[in-house]
Amino acid sequence: MDLLSRKATCNSHGQDSSYFLGWEEYEKNPYDVVKNPHGIIQMGLAENQLCFDILESWLIQNPDAASFKRDGQSIFRELALFQDYHGLSYFKNALADFMSENRQNRVSFDSNNLVLTAGATSANETLMFCLANPGDAFLLPTPYYPGFDRDLKWRTGVEIVPIQCSSSNGFRITELALEEAYEQAKKLNLNVKGILITNPSNPLGTTTTQTELNILFEFISKNKNIHLVSDEIYSGTAFSSSEFISVMEILKNNHLENTDVFNRVHIVYSLSKDLGLPGFRVGAIYSNDKDVISAATKMSSFGLVSSQTQYLLSSLLSDKKFTKKYLRENQSRLKNRQRMLVTGLEAIGIGCLKSNAGLFCWVDMRHLLSSKTFEAEMELWKKIVYEVKLNISPGSSCHCEEPGWFRVCFANMSEETLKLALKRLKNFVDNGILTRSCQVGQSLKSSRKKTTMTTVSNWVFRLSFHDRDAEER
Amino acid sequence: MKQLSTKVTSNAHGQDSSYFLGWEEYEKNPYDEIKNPNGIIQMGLAENQLCFDLIETWLAKNPDAAALKKDGQSIFKELALFQDYHGLPEFKKALAEFMEEIRGNRVTFDPSKIVLAAGSTSANETLMFCLAEPGDAFLLPTPYYPGFDRDLKWRTGAEIVPIHCSSSNGFQITESALQQAYQQAQKLDLKVKGVLVTNPSNPLGTMLTRRELNLLVDFITSKNIHLISDEIYSGTVFGFEQFVSVMDVLKDKKLENSEVSKRVHVVYSLSKDLGLPGFRVGAIYSNDEMVVSAATKMSSFGLVSSQTQYLLSALLSDKKFTGTYLNENQKRLKIRQKQLVSGLEAAGVTCLKSNAGLFCWVDMRHLLDTNTFEAELELWKKIVYEVKLNISPGSSCHCTEPGWFRVCFANMSEETLDLAMKRLKEYVESTDSRRVMSKSSHERIKSLRKRTVSNWVFRVSWTDRVPDER
Repeated sequence: MDLLSRKATCNSHGQDSSYFLGWEEYEKNPYDVVKNPHGIIQMGLAENQLCFDILESWLIQNPDAASFKRDGQSIFRELALFQDYHGLSYFKNALADFMSENRQNRVSFDSNNLVLTAGATSANETLMFCLANPGDAFLLPTPYYPGFDRDLKWRTGVEIVPIQCSSSNGFRITELALEEAYEQAKKLNLNVKGILITNPSNPLGTTTTQTELNILFEFISKNKNIHLVSDEIYSGTAFSSSEFISVMEILKNNHLENTDVFNRVHIVYSLSKDLGLPGFRVGAIYSNDKDVISAATKMSSFGLVSSQTQYLLSSLLSDKKFTKKYLRENQSRLKNRQRMLVTGLEAIGIGCLKSNAGLFCWVDMRHLLSSKTFEAEMELWKKIVYEVKLNISPGSSCHCEEPGWFRVCFANMSEETLKLALKRLKNFVDNGILTRSCQVGQSLKSSRKKTTMTTVSNWVFRLSFHDRDAEER
Repeated sequence: MKQLSTKVTSNAHGQDSSYFLGWEEYEKNPYDEIKNPNGIIQMGLAENQLCFDLIETWLAKNPDAAALKKDGQSIFKELALFQDYHGLPEFKKALAEFMEEIRGNRVTFDPSKIVLAAGSTSANETLMFCLAEPGDAFLLPTPYYPGFDRDLKWRTGAEIVPIHCSSSNGFQITESALQQAYQQAQKLDLKVKGVLVTNPSNPLGTMLTRRELNLLVDFITSKNIHLISDEIYSGTVFGFEQFVSVMDVLKDKKLENSEVSKRVHVVYSLSKDLGLPGFRVGAIYSNDEMVVSAATKMSSFGLVSSQTQYLLSALLSDKKFTGTYLNENQKRLKIRQKQLVSGLEAAGVTCLKSNAGLFCWVDMRHLLDTNTFEAELELWKKIVYEVKLNISPGSSCHCTEPGWFRVCFANMSEETLDLAMKRLKEYVESTDSRRVMSKSSHERIKSLRKRTVSNWVFRVSWTDRVPDER
């Protein structure tokens, strides 16, 4: 079928993956407190729904922002015509300030070094186009956001080589793991162009430590052709701002401004998680390299932010009273909600990786596996979807090298729903149903089961998570 | 600079092109009726500013749409969370119906075959990613929109091979030109994956004739390749004739459910018809399920803001508004085009007879020193520096004949257009009496320009300042 490109057709055989089940099942039978109280609870969507009330009350108090008005005057025309890929300057200024505020103003961001993009999805892909040629590789610590397989690789031709992290040290990046990944890339004849981390991490929910950052910076100082991309999309979800260390701070604290490292460190940001606005498609690249900024700015033509949205958010983020209150409230609510999940899981004898950020926990269900294999992880996952009726994300979808870990989201539902989810899980664990072999679906899937892990490519797995709902992280 | 990709570094030498001058000069010295009446008038931006009053009136009468409310209730949360790459169903439905209305409801568009994109810039690039491998080629009739060099080729690795059109027949596509382009691609060892046309045409301002459309459909049938019809200007048709879409032709030839129909794709956007380039609303329409499926996933890289989808779904669902708007838009464009055409005539300058678009394709060959692109550049510089009008030289659109310029008429007031015509008239009258051009300081570099300045450089000069300017 060479009428279409390989990029278009390699996509087509993802639809029959059994990993697809979770999403499919959820959509067939979504939980609703009134209409469908026995439906599947969605715990696989990293959305932040905890602070909409604060946003909505701001909107009510500031009706001009959404209505194309400034000081009561219509600026509709101006906005309708505004398609400059440099972005609305007052929006970039407000965004830069917000990013600084997120870091307690320990560092400041220059809006001239900011490129706006349609979400972090677009930002990450654009950065790959700028930093790497087809066939080059980026090193990513595992586990990582499944979407990266598509965002970083699909149309760019870039490869991902994993930096294997393990539970033995809380999935921290080690010098050894980094070197091993680098060697592996060399073995595969891939030119390593950079390292990409998500800080705070998805799916771990932890902030990158000073030690890890030191390791990364030492590595890129030594290897002068390697970039460091830090996707800080969850920066505002760190429960305590002082625990989040941005790569910008390392650059500043280590006085790297006049070194070549300065130009090789780039940040990606978005308002999809901190502000809970994934629908508005607001992302950004921040870089000190003028050439990267210049090229990325031109490339942003392929995914500009709607001027209507830029204007609304420039008003919102320029309101320092609002941003201060929001950041504080957001952190506090996330912290409480995470604690609810953690203690609820503890009561069931399930532990999580100790986390201090994010919209999810990295949950340890290894003890519930029938065997220490990914097949068993799959079995467990299916039980949780079909019987416990919770849609959670299995660690293998995040390229975790150890079976039994799951990402469970806590910020995309009400407190009551979370409590219900925990209750359901408790029932099943208590009744030992999770340790029995799974009857449901066995007949259909058994023939596939053995081959699934070996034949289903990561690509297929990715598709199962992404075909239904784009941008789910 | 091996630290960055070749996509980035190949870009670097575009900034010092002299073609950059027009934009630079305009930005240094932009015309303003009050603040800078002697400044440069921008006639190089294909924007539609003629009907904002209609939209603003609608917004005032329908405040909920912008205020993120439905029937008085806030749907902010719902919209804030909506990031489904299938798009807001009510928006796609309204968009499909709007596209039908523009085509006189002669053809139908199925919303499930629409893929939303962040502007047609994104739509066109996405289609390339779906239809072509790096190194594959698409045939494009010249002259064409300069942005295509970047949009279709830059990150995709696709190539463009021109279908040369000439003034001898009003720049229409001929079978011979098509075949020649195809053969040229083969000579260059490029696999041709399809043809891309803009209909109505930018920069010509003309609709493709039925004859041309039939020719194209026959051609892609025989070669088993794709046809992309960028119909971004479909709502700017003001001539007596109706707009004939490639979809009309498929229907008339009874090819709607055929194999060929799967290889015909339409690109659309609200940037020109509605004058909303800032909102980034584009679309791909395809009968090929796989294309729709792949393009939908790719749209992740350029989704339309849900805030904008909602506003426009309300706007376009209002049939009273759309009917009035399309009608009024046509009328005003027609009047404004006529004003430009007669203003040019008074200066002894003619245009290609046009019936659509936001610009005219103006014939200034008689004002050239010599029938060369160097002379075109010289003339262009004079028009920018002396006449103080920023217009687009044909060479930037890959026109094979020097002396043609694209001049926009819908991005300014009537008065400003009058002034622009006055200035041009004065210039033409004054130059009639001094035919011998004195050597400029750029003369030295002039002769080198055409040979050394790559199309890439030219492209960058046009698109660096203002993206998506068409």
